[in-house]
Amino acid sequence: MNKIVRKVYFSENVVMFEVEAPLIAKSRKAGHFVMVKIGEKGERIPLTIAGADLQKGTITLVVQRMGVSSTKLCELSEGDFITDMVGPLGKATHIENFGTVVCACGGVGTAPMLPIVDAMKKAGNKVITVLAARTKELIILEEQMRQLADEVIIMTDDGSYGNKGLVTTGVESVIQRERVDLCVTIGPAIMMKFVSKLTKQYEVPTLASLNTIMVDGTGMCGACRVTVGGKTKFVCVDGPEFDAHQVDFDEMLMRLGGYKDIEREDMEKLKCASGIK
Amino acid sequence: MNITEERSTPWRVALREAIKPKDRTTIERVHMPALDPVYRSHTRLEEVNLGLTPEQAMQEAKRCIDCASPTCIEGCPVGIHIPTFIKNIERGEFLEAAKTLKETSALPAVCGRVCPQEKQCESRCIHLKMKKESVAIGHLERFASDFERTSGIISVPELAPSNGIKIAVVGTGPAGLAFAGDMAKMGYQVTSFEALHEIGGVLKYGIPEFRLPNAIVDVEIENLRSMGVEFINNCIVGKTISIEDLKADSFKGVFVASGAGLPRFMNIKGENLVGVMSSNEYLTRVNLMDAANEDSDTPVFLGKKVAVIGGGNTAMDSVRTARRLGADRAIIVYRRSEEEMPARLEEVVHAKEESIEFMTLRNPIEFIGNEQGRVTQMLLQAMELGAPDASGRRLPIEVPGKTELIDVDEVIISVGVSPNPIIPQSVIGLQITKWGTILVNENTMQTDIPMIFAGGDIVRGGATVILAMGDGRKAAAAMDKWLKEGN
Repeated sequence: MNKIVRKVYFSENVVMFEVEAPLIAKSRKAGHFVMVKIGEKGERIPLTIAGADLQKGTITLVVQRMGVSSTKLCELSEGDFITDMVGPLGKATHIENFGTVVCACGGVGTAPMLPIVDAMKKAGNKVITVLAARTKELIILEEQMRQLADEVIIMTDDGSYGNKGLVTTGVESVIQRERVDLCVTIGPAIMMKFVSKLTKQYEVPTLASLNTIMVDGTGMCGACRVTVGGKTKFVCVDGPEFDAHQVDFDEMLMRLGGYKDIEREDMEKLKCASGIK
Repeated sequence: MNITEERSTPWRVALREAIKPKDRTTIERVHMPALDPVYRSHTRLEEVNLGLTPEQAMQEAKRCIDCASPTCIEGCPVGIHIPTFIKNIERGEFLEAAKTLKETSALPAVCGRVCPQEKQCESRCIHLKMKKESVAIGHLERFASDFERTSGIISVPELAPSNGIKIAVVGTGPAGLAFAGDMAKMGYQVTSFEALHEIGGVLKYGIPEFRLPNAIVDVEIENLRSMGVEFINNCIVGKTISIEDLKADSFKGVFVASGAGLPRFMNIKGENLVGVMSSNEYLTRVNLMDAANEDSDTPVFLGKKVAVIGGGNTAMDSVRTARRLGADRAIIVYRRSEEEMPARLEEVVHAKEESIEFMTLRNPIEFIGNEQGRVTQMLLQAMELGAPDASGRRLPIEVPGKTELIDVDEVIISVGVSPNPIIPQSVIGLQITKWGTILVNENTMQTDIPMIFAGGDIVRGGATVILAMGDGRKAAAAMDKWLKEGN
C-alpha cells in the first residue's frame, strides 16, 4: 500500500499525486512507469512517473480522469492509499548529448516529459519544449517546464493561450528555424502519430512514449503489443519508448479502441453507483 | 525416520499381512467423482473433480502393496514417501498421511490436483507391470491434504532452530514456494519477493478455479507464513530493488524462480487484431483479475466462437474457460494429432465432456478482421505428420493447397512461453543460454554467481508445477550445504 501525501488539481480533470514509494523513487529513471491498482476489484493500469523526491521517498504521478480506474484514482484524497503499486517498469529513456532536442507533449503527456527534459538538459542538450492542449485551462506544468527547458512554446487548439494551433505547428516552426537532432513526443496516440508523420518528412529522429493497454506490465501477457519496424514488440518491457517512425500507429489506435464498449458501460455503472458526474 | 524404518513399524507390518498382495492387485481402481459436464461447462468457479470420500480413499489405499523398494517415489520429483502416506490412509490416519506429504512437498493439495501423475509417480507403480491400473496416488494425495485443510487441524512442519541467515526468493510460483518451505524448515529466515499483487505465480494467474481453487493455494501459502516465510508483493527484483540491494541488506543467498512468463506469438498476419490474445493475457484477466465478475474493473471479451491455438494444459485451461464464459463454439486448434498433445489426458477427457471441439492437424496461417480491427475469421492450413524429430514427436508438415476458413470472434494463442527476461537482463555476469534461460549446475541449481541459485521455468523454459517444485527442493538442499561449508 502506498500513501498519497499530496494531491493537487491542475484542472478539473487533471490531478497530480505525490505518493510514498521510497524504493521506486530510488530506482526510477526518466521514461519509467508504474502499474497501479485501486481497490480489491481494481484493474491494473500503467502511469508514467513524472518525478521523484528522494528525500521524501515519493514519486509524482499525473492522472487525467478518463475511464473507471483513472476516475477512482482521482477520487482519492491526501492520506488515502493506493492499493497496489509496482515499478519502476519499462526501459529508461536513452539519454545522451544529441545537440538540440524538441520535446513535443500534449495534455497529461507533459508530466512524464518533465524528467526527460531534465535528464536531456543535464546531458548537455539544448531543449525546446512544445506544450500543447485544447485550451488554456488544460496547459499544465508550464512553470516547471520553463525552469528546466531552454525554451517553451505553448500551443492551444483555440488560441486561448500562446499560439493557436496543434502541437505539430509548434514543432514545425522550430524545425524550420533551426537544426533539430531529436524529437521526443508523449501524448495521445493520435497526436504522436501526427508528430511522427511531420518529423519523418524532415528526417528528424523521433522517440514516442507509447501508452497502450496493459495488464501486468512485466512482459507476461502481450496485451500491450505493437508493431515496430514490422516486428511485434511488448511496450511494457521493450518500451515504452520506440523509434516513432517505425511504429504502426494505426494498429495501435485500433487496439486502444478494443475495449471501448465495455469501458463505456463500466463508466456508466460507476457514475450511477457513486453519483460522479 | 527413513523409508525402510517407516516400512517396518509394527502397524505397517500388520497392515501388509492383513491382505495378500495378490488380493490387493485385484481391487478395481477408484474413479474420481466429478461435476456433471453440462452443468459445469456453465459454471466458472466450481471445481470439476469433487475429491474422494474417506471410504473411497481407504479402499483405493488398499490397492497399494507397500513395495519393499517403491519405484513410485523415484517417479516423484520431490520424492514424497508415497507408500507411507497411502498406508496411513488405509488405516484411517488421514492427518498422519497429510503430515507425511508435507515432509517433502510444500504444496500437496496443489500437486494432487495438477501434477501429470500418469507421467510421474503413477507411471512407475508396480501395478502397471502386472497389466493393472496404477494406484491413484494423485487422488489420494489430494484426499489427504484436503482432509487436513477441512479438519481445521493443520500441522506445521517441524522447524530447525533459527540460524538467523537471511535468504531471498525471487518469485512466488511453485519453485519459489517449495524452496522457501524447505529453507524455512532448515532454520533460515526467508523473504519471498513477488512482482504481482498476489502470491502464487501461475497457480493464481494461470490455472483456473475449476482445476485449482485459489482458496486452496492461499491455505498452502498461509502454511508457509506460519513457518516464518515473509512475502513481499509488488516488488520486482531487478527493477524495484537489485541483487546488490539484497546483498547490502545482508541476504546471503538468492533463489531466482521468476518463471517463464513471456508468451510466444506465431508472427502471422492479423495476429495483432483486436480479440486475438495470448493465453497468459486471457487467463490473467479471468483468474487473477476476476474479469468475468461484474464487480471487477478489468474487462474481458466474452467470445461466442472462440479458437484456442495449441495443445498443452494452458490451451485446455483457456478453451474450457472460454466455454464457461459462454462460448457456443470453443475450439482447440492443434497442428499435430491428438496423440501428440502435451496436455494431461484427464484435461483432454474433461474438455471433450464439456463439448470442446478438437480441430487437430490444422495450423492457423492468417487472422482476418473487420473495419474496426476485430478478428472475424481465421485461415487454417491442413497438416499431416512426417518423420519424428529429435524429441521423438512426429513433425507436422503442410498439406499443399488445403486450407479452410473458420468464423471466430476471439482467438487465444497458447503455443508456449519464454523465460522472463528481467533477472537475466538486470544481473551482470549471470550466464544465460541462447533460449534466455539461466544456466545452472544441474546437480546444485547454482549459477556461476555463487550466491545466486535458480530453478523452475527460468531454468527449464515452460515445464510443469512439480518439476519446478523439485528444482526448489534441490536448490534448497544445495544452498544449505554451500552456506554451511562456509562457501
